[in-house]
Amino acid sequence: MPGTTRTSIRQSTFDRIFDVINYGLLCIVLIIFIYPLLFVLSASISDPNAIWNGQVWLLPKDISFAGYNMIFGNENIWIGYKNTIIYAIVGTIINLFVTITAAYPLSRKDFYARNFLMRAYTFTMFFSGGMIPTYLLVKQLGMLDTIWAMIIPNAASVWNVIITRTYFQNNIPDELREAAAIDGCSNIKFLIRIVAPLSAPIIAVMTLFYGVGHWNAFFNGLIYLSDRNKFPLQLFLREILILSQMEQNMLEHVDPHEVSERMRIAETVKYGVIIVSSLPVLIVYPFVQRHFVKGIMIGSLKG
Amino acid sequence: MLTNTSITTQKKFRGALSSLADNMKKNYELYLLSLPMFIYIVVFHYGPMYGVQIAFKDFTPVKGISGSPWVGFEHFIRFFKSYHFWTLLKNTLGISVYSLAVGFPCPIILALMLNEVRHKYFKKTIQMVTYAPHFISVVVLVGIMTTFLSPNTGVINHFIKKLGMEPIAFLEKPEWFKTLYVLSGVWQRVGWNSIIYMAALSSIDVQLHEAAIVDGSNKLQRIYYIDIPGIIPTAVILLILNMGNIMSVGFEKVFLMQNPLNLRSSEVISTYVYKVGLMGGEFSFSAAVGLFNSVVNFALLVIVNRIAGRVGDTRLW
Repeated sequence: MPGTTRTSIRQSTFDRIFDVINYGLLCIVLIIFIYPLLFVLSASISDPNAIWNGQVWLLPKDISFAGYNMIFGNENIWIGYKNTIIYAIVGTIINLFVTITAAYPLSRKDFYARNFLMRAYTFTMFFSGGMIPTYLLVKQLGMLDTIWAMIIPNAASVWNVIITRTYFQNNIPDELREAAAIDGCSNIKFLIRIVAPLSAPIIAVMTLFYGVGHWNAFFNGLIYLSDRNKFPLQLFLREILILSQMEQNMLEHVDPHEVSERMRIAETVKYGVIIVSSLPVLIVYPFVQRHFVKGIMIGSLKG
Repeated sequence: MLTNTSITTQKKFRGALSSLADNMKKNYELYLLSLPMFIYIVVFHYGPMYGVQIAFKDFTPVKGISGSPWVGFEHFIRFFKSYHFWTLLKNTLGISVYSLAVGFPCPIILALMLNEVRHKYFKKTIQMVTYAPHFISVVVLVGIMTTFLSPNTGVINHFIKKLGMEPIAFLEKPEWFKTLYVLSGVWQRVGWNSIIYMAALSSIDVQLHEAAIVDGSNKLQRIYYIDIPGIIPTAVILLILNMGNIMSVGFEKVFLMQNPLNLRSSEVISTYVYKVGLMGGEFSFSAAVGLFNSVVNFALLVIVNRIAGRVGDTRLW
């Protein structure tokens, strides 16, 4: 395309200036986005003293893994990691089950309850009982301090159900169902044998949406869990990153001239912890980015 | 006449009922499949709406929701009269209006800028990099802010010191709170939110642009007369949805960014509900505060939707 426009119609001076400014601004945007991420990475493998004194600007200085040693020796990180992985896997499986089973009937025009259900579901997107009644409900159900408090209150998102339903509507032709029905295929069998295999893209998108959601979940842990052995990673992260509790623990029972050394390491630990906790998402991200975008696109179609 | 119509409506009603029954018999599996979601929605979304009646009661866990005595609007009146009310309202509205004013146009501008980029890889790179922060958790985002802005060790203050100025303890200053909240929000969301506009832009007919080029228009004119009108319907829908959230400033980020020193400008309704209700155990009072919030939100959504429907043709329902 660029080739043809350039030969057929010469760009005006104005347009060329426009392009220069546009590309220039976008380069600045690029820097604003990359710099913090790069800095965190560099700082996490730099010598604690260099960070403390402000010698790290972009690239790592005096490479040291003191921070990472500290992180891998910290049992909270391991507990958090383990719990988050469990919550993410179990949670995502339940999310997918509920989302797909809910979305399929809604995609069928011969399903009489569909308008009623759609309305009942969408209303909850705009109005909610609030934090306190939800908390009391979870408490009454005896879910406090169990894995279920992390999973069941978010068993599905209405928005994702709508996206999935739209995908089914657009990609599973009615004729397919009719043909299958004539051959004596039941609805559930049809969903498992035909709809599911045809819907790999949307199932991938949903897995990613829900998976990242669980990985980053913080709120449910904060209000429903008090047993530290069940804390997800994000809660421990908060302690280390924002409340600086690692520093305080590290500074206990230490003789005074070691204090400043430890404080410096604690600062490096923060950068390392950001990397360690975001790693799974950051590694997967470049490969699945396209699918995420596809998910948004499907959702943006009004259906 | 009268009996006639009533008979026909009765017949119609019976007809509808029997066809529903037929449908349920024929497609019972579809009803079965809908059950998990239906139960989930009823229990975890409509359940709390039933439970919100404690806002009008003196709830004690021993007596339960239905056993607690009614007190009418007592908790609401107490909240409206309380010393915190205006501060909370000001902070909540202030943060969200500020977020909306800055955060709403940014993705549109980014999408328009990206739309003019003709180099595929440059475009792809920018998209990939600007989407990435969306996947960072709120805890990590606030963690990055705390470390970067730390008065002694943060890179920003190292830079400020290099310029020969005094370091600023950003997160401890109430006057910085809103700006930090909004700008970090833009950083995290602008790329992701631009996707939907990119989709809208790509659906604009190329012929419009070609015709405009032939007529001698420049790029800015084409953006103004073709691109922007093309994405307005999308923008209006998103604006309506955002208006419906104007009172619900995300709990997580505000909560994580809060500290005793910036509380004056960082306490919002949701964090207040959390503290009074879950920390302080005043369930009824905090449920009332939360309900007030939900109702205002919902009312705003309905009003804006109505206005948008009347002014333009775009509306949610």
